[in-house]
Amino acid sequence: MTTAVKMQLAAATLMFAVAPWVINAAPHEATMGLVYKIYFFHMPSAWMFMLGAIVAGVASARFLFTKNPKFDATAVAAAELAVLFGLLTLVSGPLWARKAWGLWWVWDARLTSSLMLFLIFLAYLLLRQFGGPGSEKLSAGLALFGLANVPFIYVSVNVWRTLHPKTSVVPTLPVEMGRPLWFCVTAFLLLFLALLSLRSSLERQRARIDALYLAEDEA
Amino acid sequence: MSGDFERVSVVQLGRHYGRRRALTDLSFTARAGDIVGLLGPNGAGKSTLLAILATLLVASAGRVEYGDATMSEGGADLRARIGMLGHDLFLYPELTARENLAFFGRLYGLPDVDRRVAGALERAGLTARGDEAVSSYSRGMRQRVALERALLHEPRLLLLDEPFTGLDQVSAAALVTRLRQEQARGVITLLATHDLDVVDGLLTEVVFLRGGRRTHGTDAGGALRDRYREAMQSA
Amino acid sequence: MRAFFRVAALVVRKDLTVEVRSFEVLSTTLFFAVTVVLIFAFGFVQEGVPVDGVAAAILWIALAFSGTLALGRTFERERQADTLRALMLAPADRPALYVGKLAGILMLMALVEAVLVPMVGLMFQAPIFVAPGWLAGLLAAGTLGFAAVGTLFAAMLVRARSRDVLLPVLLYPMTVPVMIAGVRGTAALFQAEPDLGLAQFWLALLVFFDAVFVTLALWTFEPLMTD
Repeated sequence: MTTAVKMQLAAATLMFAVAPWVINAAPHEATMGLVYKIYFFHMPSAWMFMLGAIVAGVASARFLFTKNPKFDATAVAAAELAVLFGLLTLVSGPLWARKAWGLWWVWDARLTSSLMLFLIFLAYLLLRQFGGPGSEKLSAGLALFGLANVPFIYVSVNVWRTLHPKTSVVPTLPVEMGRPLWFCVTAFLLLFLALLSLRSSLERQRARIDALYLAEDEA
Repeated sequence: MSGDFERVSVVQLGRHYGRRRALTDLSFTARAGDIVGLLGPNGAGKSTLLAILATLLVASAGRVEYGDATMSEGGADLRARIGMLGHDLFLYPELTARENLAFFGRLYGLPDVDRRVAGALERAGLTARGDEAVSSYSRGMRQRVALERALLHEPRLLLLDEPFTGLDQVSAAALVTRLRQEQARGVITLLATHDLDVVDGLLTEVVFLRGGRRTHGTDAGGALRDRYREAMQSA
Repeated sequence: MRAFFRVAALVVRKDLTVEVRSFEVLSTTLFFAVTVVLIFAFGFVQEGVPVDGVAAAILWIALAFSGTLALGRTFERERQADTLRALMLAPADRPALYVGKLAGILMLMALVEAVLVPMVGLMFQAPIFVAPGWLAGLLAAGTLGFAAVGTLFAAMLVRARSRDVLLPVLLYPMTVPVMIAGVRGTAALFQAEPDLGLAQFWLALLVFFDAVFVTLALWTFEPLMTD
């Protein structure tokens, strides 16, 4: 673990420990009461999910065209983080919806788009796991296509949703709550960066172990 | 690079899949008119080596030299000079021999395809049955078509993966004759096989492979079968 | 450039010739597509009357399912005698091989659509002749998007393990925008008062999707197919 990663983890842990107080200090929202504060975890999770998807897509493209395995290591780390934070987003979303509007799933455009992208990166992991040898390259192709698809998924789901009259209240984003939000975003970002470093170096070390096995074989 | 090459050199070639080594530190040279035998037990790395030579697989270490150029500079021009007869024959079973040959001939951009196809069918002795689906052929007949397909574009390098599998004596002898014809034209042939008795006397050079490495017996003469046994026991 | 299309045309012609010998892929895909429509019909027709707005959805779902099947079967054929390797061995432009395969799939899907559209029109009283040009446009653009991604994925999975189940796992999430656009656009045309403006929007989205993903596929075909 490099110093940078240690510091990131330390800072993130500290911030998460303090977070409940920071969130508690945030102003009360009239209509939804306490519940909306799940937003302070839901929103950063969603952003980290997107960040993971972007990093995975870009690293995959570089891996496909340069064949340098260190890009693949970054890609798989980012994809796993995308799945992790995507899961957090998809769990916190319905929790909020349930408490606020009485329904677990309201086909909200943003949440549905997230679900689609989440499935793509879940498929990435399935492909790596079950695709057999050579699946690193194939999954890189998938991640690249997934990233390219983000605008299309978002637009199509958005238009699909907004043109239908809703029976339940449209979930709208609450007014920006300033400091607590950025606090949480920073905490999440530090955690994301630390995990990304750790996981990709783990992947690179796995490749090194393989190389060592091979070298020993030769001796 | 569009010229012909007089030799193919494998230099410290290595290929691994994760922790599994398929080839290690392999080196040899084959020249025009050589028929090199790649001999070894199953899993020795023969098919991997042929795939790398065919540019279908990238080496993990070392390189292959085709004349003065290496594989990475090759591309389409290099592939036009290579012919391969795979273990699975590379023929569409629903198509006739003529259609198979014509398709690949056109794919390779050869001029005067119909005449070449007719010539190929004649050399394979299948002119009479050239318009029947390949699925109706015996193994030997399919093999002959597959070989003609590999030779249709007059390649400089010919790669054969277990070509004698399932052939009766007559067909095997016909294959040997055909290979000698190509040898006389200066083709470099690499041939992976288990059928030692058939190729004894045909090969100009032998590379024994075991566990992805080259092994040597003593270079005493003697039957190929004996030399093989010795090479496998040493190392 | 001419060589590129020559190679693509060669591949299409070869695939057509092979298919015509037995019609295996066409007949089984058609049969499967028809079955899918019927199965959905049993779910959605209540007391002899189809549930409102369901025709468009069933049409596109049947196309997605049967398209996936056809993709798998087409590339399974190239695995038989390892002919995909032989194609990669040839000095032909690799993206041209992709275009050839894509064209073959498109022709197959067009035939399936020619059967399914009248069938859906009949069974669900869908007004397929109200705006036939728009409907054809949506089907063409949607099928191209689905097939462009599908052909690439099916090709790259040819040597992978678990390829049969992985193809739908990879393909369906990736083609969600195509499904949404296709279904909503077709539904807009099948409404009591067809909404052509809306259909036009969805068609535009599909065309844009096609442009992006065909380009992406052409660009990544060679690195994905070589080892």
